[in-house]
Amino acid sequence: MADWYDERQYDVLIVGAGGAGLRAAIAAADGGVSVGLVCKSLLGKAHTVMAEGGIAAALGNVDPEDNWEVHFGDTMRGGQMINDYRMVEIFAREAPERVYELEHWGGLFDRTPDGRILQRPFGAHSYRRLCHVGDRTGLEMIRTLQDKAIHSGIDVNMEVTLTRLLKDGDRIAGAFGYIRETGRFVVFRAKAVVLATGGWGKLYKVTSNSWECTGDGCAMAYEAGAELMDMEMVQFHPTGMVWPPGVRGILVTEAVRGEGGILRNSEGERFMERYDPVKKDLSSRDVVARSIYKEVQAGRGTPHGGAWLDISHLGAANIKKKLPSMWEQFHKLADIDITKSPMEVAPTIHYVMGGVRVEAGTGQTTVPGLFAAGEVAAGLHGANRLGGNSLSDLIVFGKRAGEHAAHYVKGVSGVPRIDDAQADEERRLLRRPFEAEGRENPYTVHEELQAVMAEHAGIARTGDGLRQGLDKVLALQVRAEHLHAGGSMLFNPGWHECRDVRFMLTLAEAIFRCAIERAESRGSHWRLDFPDQNPEWGKKNMVAVREHGRMAIRTRAVPQVPPELAKLVQGQTVVKSVR
Amino acid sequence: MADQIFHVFRGDAKGGDLTEYIVPPMEGMVVLDAIHYIQAHFDGTLACRWNCKAAKCGSCSAEINGKPRLMCKTRVDEFGGAPITVRPIKVFPLLKDLVTDVSWNYRVNKEIPPFTPSAEDARAQAWRMTPVDVERLFEFRKCIECFLCQDVCHVLREHGGTNRYYGPRFMVRIAALEMHPKDTLTRTDLLAGKGGIGYCNITKCCEEVCPEGIHITDNAIIPLKERTADDHFDPWRALLRRFGGRKEPRGT
Repeated sequence: MADWYDERQYDVLIVGAGGAGLRAAIAAADGGVSVGLVCKSLLGKAHTVMAEGGIAAALGNVDPEDNWEVHFGDTMRGGQMINDYRMVEIFAREAPERVYELEHWGGLFDRTPDGRILQRPFGAHSYRRLCHVGDRTGLEMIRTLQDKAIHSGIDVNMEVTLTRLLKDGDRIAGAFGYIRETGRFVVFRAKAVVLATGGWGKLYKVTSNSWECTGDGCAMAYEAGAELMDMEMVQFHPTGMVWPPGVRGILVTEAVRGEGGILRNSEGERFMERYDPVKKDLSSRDVVARSIYKEVQAGRGTPHGGAWLDISHLGAANIKKKLPSMWEQFHKLADIDITKSPMEVAPTIHYVMGGVRVEAGTGQTTVPGLFAAGEVAAGLHGANRLGGNSLSDLIVFGKRAGEHAAHYVKGVSGVPRIDDAQADEERRLLRRPFEAEGRENPYTVHEELQAVMAEHAGIARTGDGLRQGLDKVLALQVRAEHLHAGGSMLFNPGWHECRDVRFMLTLAEAIFRCAIERAESRGSHWRLDFPDQNPEWGKKNMVAVREHGRMAIRTRAVPQVPPELAKLVQGQTVVKSVR
Repeated sequence: MADQIFHVFRGDAKGGDLTEYIVPPMEGMVVLDAIHYIQAHFDGTLACRWNCKAAKCGSCSAEINGKPRLMCKTRVDEFGGAPITVRPIKVFPLLKDLVTDVSWNYRVNKEIPPFTPSAEDARAQAWRMTPVDVERLFEFRKCIECFLCQDVCHVLREHGGTNRYYGPRFMVRIAALEMHPKDTLTRTDLLAGKGGIGYCNITKCCEEVCPEGIHITDNAIIPLKERTADDHFDPWRALLRRFGGRKEPRGT
């Protein structure tokens, strides 16, 4: 061990402390191994806290007809059939048990009159399925898991930024980064690492995501040789705030439509009846986002380029009970009383379906000892995620990844060797912005990246536009070699941004390269030059992998759904509760 | 709209001072937008915490013109163009600029015995709890852990009481556990001892700054004080509980 870094050692290192990371930490600790948890921010502040609408699980409390098979069908259809059906099956079967578990750990949900967990309707779910508490379900989930985790014997490392996975030969040996509070480098020595680092919405300017969502885990996995999958699939949530400019992109929960909210264009027309006569305002997110986009393009947008979302007919008392934080958010930040006036909304980047390719049951990536769960992992949601499926994803696959990581380390003999050369290489990369020759402002490069993504990798894409976008990203990667930061390593956002920008540029390249190849429209990937689905592409997932220092793009066959499950996805989703 | 003047604290545990920044106006701007503008255009080393920018995570607490508030929820236009001063919250040790060491709160939380259902309930899968029993706890569960209540609590702020009193945040946390219909533990010994509930003299300053509008004193602290008083000063009830086994039903 060198003296220029601190060292901490665990059997399993969990990177990320949102729903998936916390659930993985609890599961790994239950497996009887030592567990370290790394939080990018303070504990309990991870992006899960922002989740609003609910947790999708087929409890059948409100609609007894609901069951895991219907949830399976809805999720496969929502993902346009490029999901890994094995993940979807595990997910739909296990989600109810995971929700009850939260309740057993002290979590509290809204109730039915007879005292069971209440469930609300949501886009493209056949039945009322989302377990929720008002519009702050994510906060309830993270607080419940946090309070469970701290009593599970795990070690919590807050405000630590990890920038590189360390390997011993082919297998994982730990991770390297720095502690913001002390400004010291740190090596975590671990036999297994679980990535639960969330998504990368910060590639885009208009996003519901926080500063943390820069895709560190996905980029580190890629740099460590793991395969990334479905990177072209980026979700626009149909309803983000639009005005005033400072709030642009902040989420307006789908629960507004779940509770009966109606989208209208500038002419007052309920336009979703035209785009999806069956599911209407509760159509899947890709369809609703595209419909709003089309209305704006046709000149029927609101003053700031969106649509009106009206819930005022629900009545003030109900709105404040079921959607309290929406009321507060518009009242405080936009001077709008949603009990009286409609909200102005437009699509905002919300989620990434793609990410690190994992084995369905275990979360094992293609790198031995490296696991992934939650938004950073690919496969469950296919080409489009249904609302509410993310929170259940976190707890179902967080648990599995933690369990399997614990199981894996029991078969690992000896402590993996830490190669100081790898750590030293990363140290030099990290310190480069402090040195004299750098001249690029990381914030400026980030803003320019966001402009490229908005122009070339937005809702509507074309082959030419994507190729131009890729060229621009490659040029930004060259400029990012010369980023500059002042100050020290102690709590230095500008310096932190330098590594974030490099991670984001890697993921942007993957998005463009995969999007160029997928010559069809499917789910969130809408190509104006290939407006229809192509059955041949429906058999393939795009894969990005690092080979000889460059990004190579491949395809992998989508796992074929066996006949007994295939019958569950026939027909189309009919949302029973649409008004 | 004219340019907006900000005076932002810059420094660390060794000391520091206010630095003036002039930020161009933007419609609907909040104080956190200005901090981000300063980072991107003037000085990337300005340290602050933030995450959601929508008043849901409780990270961006600061003292704005002397008042403990969330930077993401404080509109610049409410100050009518006057200079805006932004300082770190005072009650916790300063790390750098607007970032303080809040780790004490996490240590306190770990000292609180966690939610513990009965063995029978732990075996059951789906629980029945009436809406009214659950809904009264939602207020406590809304807490986003911004620690503004801790910042303004005079026991912690003026009397260095972090070794005597857990502070309002953890009274809310304990109230949520104590009043949970399925919890079996009693935490009044902790409240009377290390939790230090007796130090709170109900000035309600914590309620005034809570961005979630939690009635911390009325709904959490006062009922907990009553329970603590019952358990520690009413020997008859203490005996009943000892031999009764189950947690007795309470009025509050």
